[in-house]
Amino acid sequence: MAALELRQVGKWYGGFEAVKSVDLAIADREFMVFVGPSGCGKTTLLRMIAGLEDITSGDFLIDGARANAVPPDKRGLAMVFQSYALYPHMTVAQNMGFALKMAGRPRAEIEAKVREAARILRLEAELGRKPRMLSGGQRQRVAIGRAIVRNPKGFLFDEPLSNLDAALRVQMRTELVKLHRSLDATMIYVTHDQIEAMTMADRIVVLNQGEVAQVGTPLDLYHRPANLFVAGFIGSPKMNFFPARVAGVANGSLSLALDGGATVALAAQGAPPAAGAALTLGVRPEHFVLAAEGPLAGSVDVVEHLGAETILYVKESRGAIIVVRTDDLAHVRPGEAVHLVPRLDRVSLFDAEGRAIADSSAT
Amino acid sequence: MQHDKAPLSGAIAAWIVACLMFFPILWMTVTAFKTEGEAVAIPPIILFRPVLQSFAAATAQSGYLLFAANSVIVSFASTALAILIAFPAAYAMAFQPGKRTKDLLVWMLSTKMLPPVGVLVPVYLIFRDAGLLDTRAGLVIVDTLMNLPIVVWMLFSFFRDIPRDILEAARMDGVGPRGQMTHLLLPLASPGIASAALLAIILSWNESFWSINLTAAHAGTLAAYIARYSAPEGLFWAKLSAASVLAVAPILLFGSLAQRRLVRGLTVGAVK
Repeated sequence: MAALELRQVGKWYGGFEAVKSVDLAIADREFMVFVGPSGCGKTTLLRMIAGLEDITSGDFLIDGARANAVPPDKRGLAMVFQSYALYPHMTVAQNMGFALKMAGRPRAEIEAKVREAARILRLEAELGRKPRMLSGGQRQRVAIGRAIVRNPKGFLFDEPLSNLDAALRVQMRTELVKLHRSLDATMIYVTHDQIEAMTMADRIVVLNQGEVAQVGTPLDLYHRPANLFVAGFIGSPKMNFFPARVAGVANGSLSLALDGGATVALAAQGAPPAAGAALTLGVRPEHFVLAAEGPLAGSVDVVEHLGAETILYVKESRGAIIVVRTDDLAHVRPGEAVHLVPRLDRVSLFDAEGRAIADSSAT
Repeated sequence: MQHDKAPLSGAIAAWIVACLMFFPILWMTVTAFKTEGEAVAIPPIILFRPVLQSFAAATAQSGYLLFAANSVIVSFASTALAILIAFPAAYAMAFQPGKRTKDLLVWMLSTKMLPPVGVLVPVYLIFRDAGLLDTRAGLVIVDTLMNLPIVVWMLFSFFRDIPRDILEAARMDGVGPRGQMTHLLLPLASPGIASAALLAIILSWNESFWSINLTAAHAGTLAAYIARYSAPEGLFWAKLSAASVLAVAPILLFGSLAQRRLVRGLTVGAVK
């Protein structure tokens, strides 16, 4: 199988630096997800790994061997495209067997491999059909089947589910995870959807403007975001951010003056920031407690009842919206005044540059 | 949904323009069935007994079949050659464009703006020295070069409509440029290739400047055949018309049979 490594990999398009010196090690059989907003360089990074795009600077290694100049089909990696990129004039079986046919493999072997892939993907009945006669989900599976028959060391997925409807997307998500387990192959999966990233990944790479913002397990990113970008990108609804100032540091306690005038005290860990320093306090929607008194106050603007949970949009006196997720507040009505107490053991703190202040949150 | 009704005046204007444009062809066809006397009569004779004697004379005197065969051979051969050369060129330009690809395309098309007579003397001299005067091979070469820019442009735009992902998937599948061209582009772009070929055949068939100037009795096409009817002794209108009808009819018939495909090819990619 394949362990992949990127060392200082960069990509320039003319004068534009699309990928900035990325260092990344992808372990053998890992399910790695690249996630980020559009234009963050995640697809470019994937295409460089695939060999479809030249690497401008740095080294790309497959199992320890430098592979920058290895042509795409010799890298042992198979790619599934966002548009599926099926050959429209070929049947499903021909689509899946094309790579083997071009490699001059015997017909019996091609047939056997295509049938095996079709069995895994439940496409046996569709083998004789052309792509245009298939549903979106079936086309998706054919594209995956085309990758499987090559028996690659690694699979590269470029936003493969983005053309499917919501229900099918959820279903394919679990199927891909199962597939990863049964094929035992390294997989790299590019998406802009943080829910896909959270649900499927062993580890997630969050990219922002061509740079790696953070690499970690889904829960790592969720609970210990390295910076404001990751904190805001991972999690839905988004983390709430409150501008604050250090009012004082005493006896291992850090007191913060929030912009609204309230003060909260945290247990200071690591090196405490200097008094007067500007900080950002990050609180996830589920880390609020509604109480009669609290440092944050506002009136309920919108209530979304999702059944298992309720999302409140609380309007602060100065107009900012605080999003609160709770599971037992079906009685709250719009317009009601509420007080919010952040669970201070679960909050995140970021310095003026947006970097997380170490150990500011406990998990 | 209701279609806008065109105003009546617009329809009438369109019909007048269409009739004006079609009139010479109509008159030529009518004249071809007259006798020489009727053909030059003034005022023109509208009602007459159609006769085939002009056709008989035109085909008997001047070896119509040889010229027709030359037209077929030259137009099909030059088209095949042009497609053969343009196919890989358009592939490279569409899928591996360089910095100068756009400039190159425009430059190629700009050669079509040059008046052919500007290069007549050098081409004539080259043909004379190479022994290509009045040969089908020579005319095939000229027609190929003449049509190449248009064929490259057409194939280029058809190829641009093929999703790049498909070729990239093929690259991942280990298919090189040759395999991509034969296994993917050829079948996927076949309607486009067919209409490019059709257009090239028609242009080559109708090409008259080079065939009149570079060929004579042996390799002349139907264009040269018609030109022979303007002799110093004067014009034989009925025979000239009959010859013209014989020259135009095959390509008109061919074009109308393939019209649907041609129109689809010319507009493909315009709307997506």
